Amino acid sequence: MASSNERHIVGTSVPRKEGRDKVTGAARYVDDMTLPGMLHGATVRSKIARGNIKTISFDPSVPWDEFVVVTAKDIPGKNCIALILDDQPCLAAESVNHPEEPILLLAHADRHKLRKAVDAISIEYESLSPVHSLEKSEKQSTIIWGTDNTFKTFLVEKGELDSVWSEAAHIVEGEYFTGAQEQLYIENNGVIASFDPQHGVTVWGSLQCPYYVHKALMALCGLPEHKVRVVQMETGGAFGGKEEYPSMIAGHAALLAIKSGRPVKIVYDRMEDMVATTKRHPSRTRHRTAVRKDGKILGGEIEFVIDGGAYATLSSVVLSRGTIHAGGPYYWPSVRIRTRAIATNTPPHGAFRGFGAPQSLFAMERHMDRIAQVVGISPIEIRRRNFLMPGQTTTTQQTIHEKIDLDSLLSRALELSDYHTKKKRFAVENKTSTRKKGMGIATFLHGAGFTGSGERYLNSLVGVEAGPDGVVRVLVSSAEFGQGTNTVLCQIAAEALNLPYECVQIAQPDTTVVPNSGPTVASRTAMIVGKLVQSAAAGIKRMLSNARLLGDNYTPEQFCAACREFIAAHGSLNSEVRYEAPPGVYWDDEHYRGEAYAAFAWAVYVAEVSVDLTTYSVTVDDFVALQEIGKVLHPVLAEGQISGGVAQAIGFALYEKVVWQDGHMFNNQMTNYIMPTSADLPPIRVFFEQNGNIHGAHGAKGIGELPMDGPAPAIVNAVEDAVGVRFNSIPLLPEDLFQALQTEPPVATSSLPGTARGAR
Amino acid sequence: MNSSGDAKPKCNVSFTVNGEIKSLRIHPMERLLDVLRNELGLTGTKEGCGEGECGSCSILLDGLLVNSCLVPAAQAHGSNVVTIEGIAAHSLLHPLQEAFLECGGAQCGICTPGMILAAVHLLEKKAEPTQAEIREGLAGNLCRCTGYMQIFEAVTKAARQRVAK
Repeated sequence: MASSNERHIVGTSVPRKEGRDKVTGAARYVDDMTLPGMLHGATVRSKIARGNIKTISFDPSVPWDEFVVVTAKDIPGKNCIALILDDQPCLAAESVNHPEEPILLLAHADRHKLRKAVDAISIEYESLSPVHSLEKSEKQSTIIWGTDNTFKTFLVEKGELDSVWSEAAHIVEGEYFTGAQEQLYIENNGVIASFDPQHGVTVWGSLQCPYYVHKALMALCGLPEHKVRVVQMETGGAFGGKEEYPSMIAGHAALLAIKSGRPVKIVYDRMEDMVATTKRHPSRTRHRTAVRKDGKILGGEIEFVIDGGAYATLSSVVLSRGTIHAGGPYYWPSVRIRTRAIATNTPPHGAFRGFGAPQSLFAMERHMDRIAQVVGISPIEIRRRNFLMPGQTTTTQQTIHEKIDLDSLLSRALELSDYHTKKKRFAVENKTSTRKKGMGIATFLHGAGFTGSGERYLNSLVGVEAGPDGVVRVLVSSAEFGQGTNTVLCQIAAEALNLPYECVQIAQPDTTVVPNSGPTVASRTAMIVGKLVQSAAAGIKRMLSNARLLGDNYTPEQFCAACREFIAAHGSLNSEVRYEAPPGVYWDDEHYRGEAYAAFAWAVYVAEVSVDLTTYSVTVDDFVALQEIGKVLHPVLAEGQISGGVAQAIGFALYEKVVWQDGHMFNNQMTNYIMPTSADLPPIRVFFEQNGNIHGAHGAKGIGELPMDGPAPAIVNAVEDAVGVRFNSIPLLPEDLFQALQTEPPVATSSLPGTARGAR
Repeated sequence: MNSSGDAKPKCNVSFTVNGEIKSLRIHPMERLLDVLRNELGLTGTKEGCGEGECGSCSILLDGLLVNSCLVPAAQAHGSNVVTIEGIAAHSLLHPLQEAFLECGGAQCGICTPGMILAAVHLLEKKAEPTQAEIREGLAGNLCRCTGYMQIFEAVTKAARQRVAK
């Protein structure tokens, strides 16, 4: 058997590891699992936004002795969801701070009986004045969190901003808004928990970060590390929505299991999932930019504020990413970026693909079009004149070392989308048509991995082990939820070991089996965990070679024989590798300065839209997504990540509106919260450039979040191009268009000279 | 989303599921989805929304594509039900399943069973659907991961292969 040739597995589209189970219906999600004696759990939630709990009464017509009832008093450990600030209670004890806040838990063997029981519990409150807007929170006349309603602030400063205003030919101001967005994974949040005094708590769940849940359960249940076990089941979509929330639902199921001594399943239905769990942070961004006559940016002020909801949860980290991305892929000689995450009385907003960047980049990319109008040049030219170039520094003063050429990337995207021809054609056709057509672009970047010193704190550990049968197992806590983690990490290990892809498997994430390779978030898995898997796999090869059991060239059979011999002599064969920060990387947390990310992915997206002036609906007719993402490890999976992200971002821009009523999501159903269907989307045409990246496995960068950033501004830029009216708020629904087109005079696109203020 | 309760009387319901006759004593208003999953262990049919919007619980009922979360179990009496578990011929995958695997039509996999049944239904009505017909035919099945493009590709590919045979 010929084997001396190196196998090229990375870069090919091998079959998805768990694909067969998924297309046959055999894949096991948490709701597909039942344990003997299992109860079902339900949550009694606050009906008001803010207040003190006075009395809780149980309707005497319900046989309560049949139910397990858990209140905050039953919590064995600390009543909090341990994450960053530990300010969020697992169960509200004395006061509530948002609608749907969990107060009480019930369990029963017959899940049909739970709904009635939940309704049979009445809670009396002393209502307190709630805060439901950024403006009211900022006024601080009502303090609902800490001393100033502020979870976190950042300040990024570069250059001498004070001198730029007098030099400027134009000072361009704008204010931009993005709304909440529901992750809308098709599988709702769900877990099963069991407890026995000897083994402690075990949780099986739909989740992204087994060790986040592990940490939260240790604190909540007052149990040591070895008495908490978390197992990730097949997970039906996550998008950030199963980053921090599973700690809450797992905590609830665990408390019920501890009290009842029986396994407890909690699987939300869609309405509960939508109303009670996290969403994307709504945002407001203000730009004030000093621009030279030729369109070059001299400097600017950016103020970015996000609504964190009632508890701190992950808002500080979301804010951080939004802050660092706020300046886009442009060179700012001087800049001051002030950002804040603040409190309102809604359920906490949380992780969602892009994590703050889609919000601040929406503003930046809308604002670039605004600057172009003011300067009197095209949206293309304004970007070309301000693109970051190798050797220049970002807003955090990170020097761009990679050989990125945004100018060429933009040219290629314009060509692929036939931008110029279409622009000319639409200019003629729009004069007589009631269907106005437009083209819009967005150019942007997305940092891969944790921000700044984050990866150093995570200190991820990865394992690879081989069995006597020669089967290699990758041991990571990185979870598969559709992105292709299983497949890509197995590809990397197989190539490192020069073995067929089929010889490598991945362990189910189970905290008793896999080390903590960090959370499955922040576009870090392929790049950072992948690189560690590559080293760990190489470690296996080295161990066999050092033991003189394996030469440089070998067949899978020889590898297998070597493993068998090694294990016979040493008991086991495994290799572990811990993250080491690349040398020369400097990050100053205090001044928010330095190397924010080990690598950025870069992209130019082009949207073609039509606006129907009879129905006021916007249709995206064509979408070009061109990106430089380092090495493409698996073309089919990579393309799937991009088109899926673009589709989700089209929803963010045009369809998905969370309707709030006193801090409560009013449209918590798929019937009235609208995501794109197969009939709504344009052809999403995905293209890659591959410059590589020294920090990632085989030169990979992160791609999961990138496609969420660009579509919304590209689409809204295209809508403005089509109808000549400025929109600076998303989602942009037909009613918003109708209203604006009734009241606002159109702006002549690409030809508005002079200074403009208040672009709202 | 469960409408049945203990107090309601049970009744006998028989239907064919994936070629096998099943006789059950169940609440007539139990959702067919729950009966398939809980009584028959056919957990490949998924619940996404419980109100007929997402299509994750799609099955074929006498050849029609239906949301099993909206079908009372009694309505299935005497009918022929096909779920995702009945699509592959033993170890041999259906061409659509093969195509979904190859083209990236399945990511997280939760919509996949329903999506494949919708595609099976579509190709039964129309051997070689156009892109517009594919989009229309799958519009009742929501997918949050793929953006649908690779699903369209998979359906086109499977259709071509079937026609070529």
